[in-house]
Amino acid sequence: MDPVSRVVGKAIPLNRANVDTDQIIPAKYLKRIERTGYGPFAFEAWRADPDFVLNNPAYEGAPILIAQQNLGSGSSREHAVWAIQGLGVEALIAPSFADIFKNNCFQGGVLTVELAQEDVDWLMARAEETPDAEIEVDLETQTVRAGPGWERSFEIDAFRKYRLLRGLDDIGMTLEYEADVERFEATRSPLLPSVTAD
Amino acid sequence: MTEPRTLSEKIWDAHVVESPLADAARREALGAEADAGPQADLLYIDLHLVHEVTSPQAFEGLRLSGRTVRRPDLTLATVDHNVPTIGRDQPNPDPLSATQIQVMSDNCREFGLELYGIFDTRQGIVHVIGPEQGVTQPGLTIVCGDSHTSTHGAFGALAFGIGTSEVEHVLATQTLRQSRPLTMSVEVTGQLGPGVMAKDVILAIINEIGVDGGVGYVIEYRGEVIRGLSMEGRMTVCNMSIEGGARAGLIAPDETTFEYVKGRPRAPQGEDWEKAVEYWRTLPTDEGARFDREVVLDGAAIEPFVTWGTNPGQSVQIGDVVPDPSSFDEPSRREAATRALEYMDLEAGTPIREIAIDRVFLGSCTNARIDDLRAAASIVEGKQVASSVHAMVVPGSGLVKAQAEQEGLDAIFTAAGFEWRDAGCSMCLGMNPDILLPGERCASTSNRNFEGRQGPGGRTHLVSPPMAAAAAIAGRFVDVRELA
Repeated sequence: MDPVSRVVGKAIPLNRANVDTDQIIPAKYLKRIERTGYGPFAFEAWRADPDFVLNNPAYEGAPILIAQQNLGSGSSREHAVWAIQGLGVEALIAPSFADIFKNNCFQGGVLTVELAQEDVDWLMARAEETPDAEIEVDLETQTVRAGPGWERSFEIDAFRKYRLLRGLDDIGMTLEYEADVERFEATRSPLLPSVTAD
Repeated sequence: MTEPRTLSEKIWDAHVVESPLADAARREALGAEADAGPQADLLYIDLHLVHEVTSPQAFEGLRLSGRTVRRPDLTLATVDHNVPTIGRDQPNPDPLSATQIQVMSDNCREFGLELYGIFDTRQGIVHVIGPEQGVTQPGLTIVCGDSHTSTHGAFGALAFGIGTSEVEHVLATQTLRQSRPLTMSVEVTGQLGPGVMAKDVILAIINEIGVDGGVGYVIEYRGEVIRGLSMEGRMTVCNMSIEGGARAGLIAPDETTFEYVKGRPRAPQGEDWEKAVEYWRTLPTDEGARFDREVVLDGAAIEPFVTWGTNPGQSVQIGDVVPDPSSFDEPSRREAATRALEYMDLEAGTPIREIAIDRVFLGSCTNARIDDLRAAASIVEGKQVASSVHAMVVPGSGLVKAQAEQEGLDAIFTAAGFEWRDAGCSMCLGMNPDILLPGERCASTSNRNFEGRQGPGGRTHLVSPPMAAAAAIAGRFVDVRELA
């Protein structure tokens, strides 16, 4: 994973709640066995509508996407994160995120920024009215800035932040706890099921 | 005396390999670098279920970093999402699908994993086969790269869906870093009326708490109604926890649970069985344990539900009408309802019973077990699917299919005009050729009515198996209770 520290740029206002991962990437594209190449299929059904925000050239190249509550609900498909990355989006702002999707974003290095409803609404309206208006998401200081004087802070688990800033490999870090895992395994009950034992 | 704990807290505590928050000495030693250490618990995973769609990139990751699967004996693979449900003796006409299924098989061979492949009678939907084989047991931690992993919570296991990167993490380490979730009690009191199924109970719960009401929580389903459900019914309820936003939902193990697990291929035998049951009896939530949120529903007030919108919370009871978006106070819900009615091509005020359907799908990890098929068959027996309706049954596993055939259910369905298919996820998510055509309207026993979920432009109404069966016969929604 590449380190992530700061995302600056235009923001796509996707003013909908409960945007599910079936919308972000339809199931028919999950047959692929690669991690990349999903961008062209992101939000495919909604993009069929010429008025859909992603079809507006004013938002081309925007690295931030703003949506309403429960963003990424439904299926656990991490392909949804890969699709969002395929659009060039590196940070998401919403009042809340679905649990599995939020974890997947973290794994892929996409920042999930939770702000209060009124702040999301304000940023949404600003992005709708002024597509060129830039937003800055700064992970180091945990702040979102939008124009002079508008600044909000956001919460993130300190370890996740540490890892994102350095682009560290999650598995590699867990493997450092090998001794703990072995100790735990030695205490596991022999009654526990095995999928192979007869 | 330890603090009273809930079921999920007991399972959690029994699986903590390393807890940074508990280990003050370690944090002290880290000093200013404490932030560089994990904040969440390292949890041991007892069972990892794997399927073809969310695993290829995880295995590729292992290969690229030269890692192996730590516990092949705790990892069970099958193919379900992307398999054809007819013509398995023929070459797969979809090359991408064929490749994905082949890659699953190659990966299992390379990493030494047990696979229930497409020609194995034990093949089936991953959340059907775990319980069927007896590997799903009370007290376990269970994960799978699939959001409906919550299904296994029906056994009093802590089971939740993960993404592909986490799949790779579990394959390599048999653990996951997880923050301790909040706890929610959902109690369903009283008795269900006749014709009201587990599916109606969970649709009622989601209607009550909303599709994001469970975000951040593990739900424990409790109360007389839950106690009275069969294991199949409990699986239906826990399965759709994620539709209410909760990654996991569980039910305390009891005699119904033990009865179901006993004698299954991977269940403990003989003396081990007694010891296991003794442990399982310690798992239910202690008297006086506190939940972060408590919700109570009156079971007697639940009637058969039908969803009218494009998320599982947008539902009404069978006697109701399609709601007017202006009846919702909250602007975001009003707007969502307006959009949903447009997508679903429905007029506010239309009685649910006047909605005609084109397709019926009886299947999915929510409702494709033997109990579900029996309940639907009892409605269908001796009747004919309406000429305007194309209906299909997709059993949850090869073993469910065989059992149903032994009971003659297949004959009932086919005589009525249903197609009788091979096991898989099928039209629940529209990955294989079983999809709705644009504009087609489907009564479905699956779990998601999202836009395009069952095929681009398709319109899904979620219902129970008997309600789907009754709709197939009538060609529109009917109150299954009036058929009795």
